[in-house]
Amino acid sequence: MTVMTRPWRALDSGQLLLICAAGLATVAGVSHTAAVGLTDGSVAVGFGALIAAGELARLTMPGNREVAPISTAAALGYTLLLDMGGDQARHSALQVIAVLAVGMIAGALPHLAVGRPPRLDALARRLLTGALLAFAFRPLAEPLYELTMSPGQTWSPVLGVMAVMILLALSADIVLAAMLRADQVRTAFSVAVRDELGMAAPLGAAVAASGLLLALAAHSMDMAALLVFSAPLLVTQVAFRKYAGIRATYLQTVRALSRVTEVGGYVEPGHSRRVSHLAVAVGRELGMAEPDLLELEYAALMHDIGQLSLRDPIPGGATVLTDPEQARRIAELGAEVIRQTGVLDRVAEVVRRQCDPPADCPPPASRIIKAANAYDDLVSGSVDRDRAGAALERLRLAIGTEYDPAVVEALSRVVDRLPPSHRL
Amino acid sequence: MRGLPWFAKVNLVAVAGLAFVLLWHGLIAREEFTRLEWPTLLVLALLFLVCESVPTLLNVRQAAISVSFSAALAAVVLVGPAGAAIVGFTAVFSVRPGLPLAKRLFNGAQFAICGYAAGEVFVRLGGRPGVPDIARFDELIVPFAGAAAVFVPLNFALIAVMLSLAGQVDRVPVRGMVQLLVSYLGYATFGLLIAGLWATVQSISAVLVLLPLFVARWAFGQYLAQQRSYDATIASLCQAVETKDYYTRGHCTRVSLASTMIAEEIGMGSERLRAIRYAGMLHDVGKLGVPTKVLQKDGPLTEEEFAAIQLHPMRGLEIVRGIDFLDEAFAGIMHHHEKHDGTGYPMGLAGDEIPEFARIIAVADAFDSITSDRSYRGARPVPVAIDELRKGAGTQFDPVMVTAFVKAVEREGWEPPRAVPVPPADQDETVVKDHDDPTAPIQVVSER
Repeated sequence: MTVMTRPWRALDSGQLLLICAAGLATVAGVSHTAAVGLTDGSVAVGFGALIAAGELARLTMPGNREVAPISTAAALGYTLLLDMGGDQARHSALQVIAVLAVGMIAGALPHLAVGRPPRLDALARRLLTGALLAFAFRPLAEPLYELTMSPGQTWSPVLGVMAVMILLALSADIVLAAMLRADQVRTAFSVAVRDELGMAAPLGAAVAASGLLLALAAHSMDMAALLVFSAPLLVTQVAFRKYAGIRATYLQTVRALSRVTEVGGYVEPGHSRRVSHLAVAVGRELGMAEPDLLELEYAALMHDIGQLSLRDPIPGGATVLTDPEQARRIAELGAEVIRQTGVLDRVAEVVRRQCDPPADCPPPASRIIKAANAYDDLVSGSVDRDRAGAALERLRLAIGTEYDPAVVEALSRVVDRLPPSHRL
Repeated sequence: MRGLPWFAKVNLVAVAGLAFVLLWHGLIAREEFTRLEWPTLLVLALLFLVCESVPTLLNVRQAAISVSFSAALAAVVLVGPAGAAIVGFTAVFSVRPGLPLAKRLFNGAQFAICGYAAGEVFVRLGGRPGVPDIARFDELIVPFAGAAAVFVPLNFALIAVMLSLAGQVDRVPVRGMVQLLVSYLGYATFGLLIAGLWATVQSISAVLVLLPLFVARWAFGQYLAQQRSYDATIASLCQAVETKDYYTRGHCTRVSLASTMIAEEIGMGSERLRAIRYAGMLHDVGKLGVPTKVLQKDGPLTEEEFAAIQLHPMRGLEIVRGIDFLDEAFAGIMHHHEKHDGTGYPMGLAGDEIPEFARIIAVADAFDSITSDRSYRGARPVPVAIDELRKGAGTQFDPVMVTAFVKAVEREGWEPPRAVPVPPADQDETVVKDHDDPTAPIQVVSER
């Protein structure tokens, strides 16, 4: 899909709005702090440094989502800080924003220096979530501190308030992320919320616990807490980085190896890639969730892999024009290859049933691939509008017997939406 | 307990006996029984059990690491040596279905011994068992470090002795050991966090410390699952590329294995080992671009046809370039047909100009070709193939890599592919050329 490879500069309106809001908050925070002076300077510097370090160690999760768990946890900790080794923390919400912004910028600079610009929208989202929490919590910091210092020394209500606040902030973050995502990849908001929740929940839980821990540890361990606390989160970060790394490599590898059919002359150059882009766009249009979309993408990329088992390439390779018996055999052979992996059984099933008419009730992904494949065979990378229209017309004629009506409608919407230059 | 050698049984009995002696000594002889803070101990034991029941599997077989270390070390601070021993001993009751009684007993006993020893060190270094005072956190650090420094290696040693006696460890790589030790020490520091925060929020501190660790464990599990799935997928896809050629099935997997053996022998780091495993796997994906009729042609090739074969490393590189591998892996794929004397392709590099990965893959590639069946000859035995490699060392192959490979094969052995049955009748046109085979170089006729 064009949106996936689009450079970060091409921001849409939602992202622009978010970045402007974050910019305004930064200006307000920094200028206010500059005017009234820094309260508890060493504490602010300590947390600022931790935030910067966290930004430096940011990572990209599957689906091109940039996160910085250590930075986020440090921001949470600074926001929730009641006291530092018994001395009350009196910093204001605006100072929190200033420290956050300065730390984030400092952490992003080394990346910028080696030519990896930050994802501005992700950065802005992290800052705004922090700002939101700061404005909600800082006014309560004073009474809560009194509560912990009272003779009873009860921490449970304080803990409760903190937990609720963090939960609200993280929920706001997820909603924000989902709104951006829905806009960006054109999926339904509810689906986007579900996807973001599934992706953010485990890491969010770890970050929230660490942030809380940091605020509490500062009470008993003073500044040493900053160092010790980050240890559990560091372990978490390492694990997630490895996970994200292998996920990315996996997708890249399947994308790359799907091209062997082209190099071998079995299909038109770019066919697998175009079919997968189209199929994923249609899947989104039909409201498929992210894990299903990934399966769909794998299946679409490998839908022609069965041709490798044929001795000689079919002339032209267009499977929509070959006889159905042959196409069915290619699907079976391809499914057999994928089933060999022992882990992609569902993908294999999708590939196996890619030729089935709707009457046989194939999985939705198979129906999508069938239509996308036929469309690409008919248009084959051409950018001509008439040809696209003719191809869609031909698919429409076979609705019910060959193609799923909902899929063909979604396909025509996807094709219509693409500007001529980005036509698949 | 059946199936264990007798000395392993003796060791088990000795460890368990020692644990009981220590427990008795701590609880009865020193009359700690009445002074222990039982509620704290109970919470800690529960925590320990929960952690112990969900271990993280490691690369080292038979061993599992769990975050229970943190709980055990927190117990050292909070309830002292005897308490820590009791907490450790609860490992006997961990909820791990299928764990035999002997293993449970050993786990509990060794944790009890470690806990007691660490507690003793903690006390000797001036630590006072009990919930630490907020103001005196700093005084805790040195005794705790001492306790951890005893607990971790002791635990390590006890398990290592037991595993080696039971004959379940063949060769644990030193690098893996170091990694293990570091992660143990890392988990140990979390114990300090739990103990330090106990005064403020009691057991909730443990939840807060352990939650990120459990999430990490989960993510790590996901990573391992993805990694396994990835390896299976890449192997299947490479094999799919090979199906066109009846005789080369499994070639990519074996070249990957042989390349890894050489790389291990010359002491490559884990990151590079991973990279060469994949480079070996993918080295021939570009071969699909070679027209079938060229590979099936009897007799010498024309220059044009040979050029088509020479193009395949570049084609392969073109395909895999989008993958986030180390650059070395790409260089390995691109240059795996360069020869040591500079007569190879695609660029005619010689000696040290050839990237290290390519020099390794070249040896592995040729070796597998010689030891596999081909349509024009049967598979040669391993010693013949090794002679063949030695003959080519210095001209075709890098002598260092050949020596390393020979050493690795002598130690670990090599399982040649199963004999390929005669192709089925419908596959009458088989590939009659193998561009990898140094014993039967491809003949080229000049058209000029």
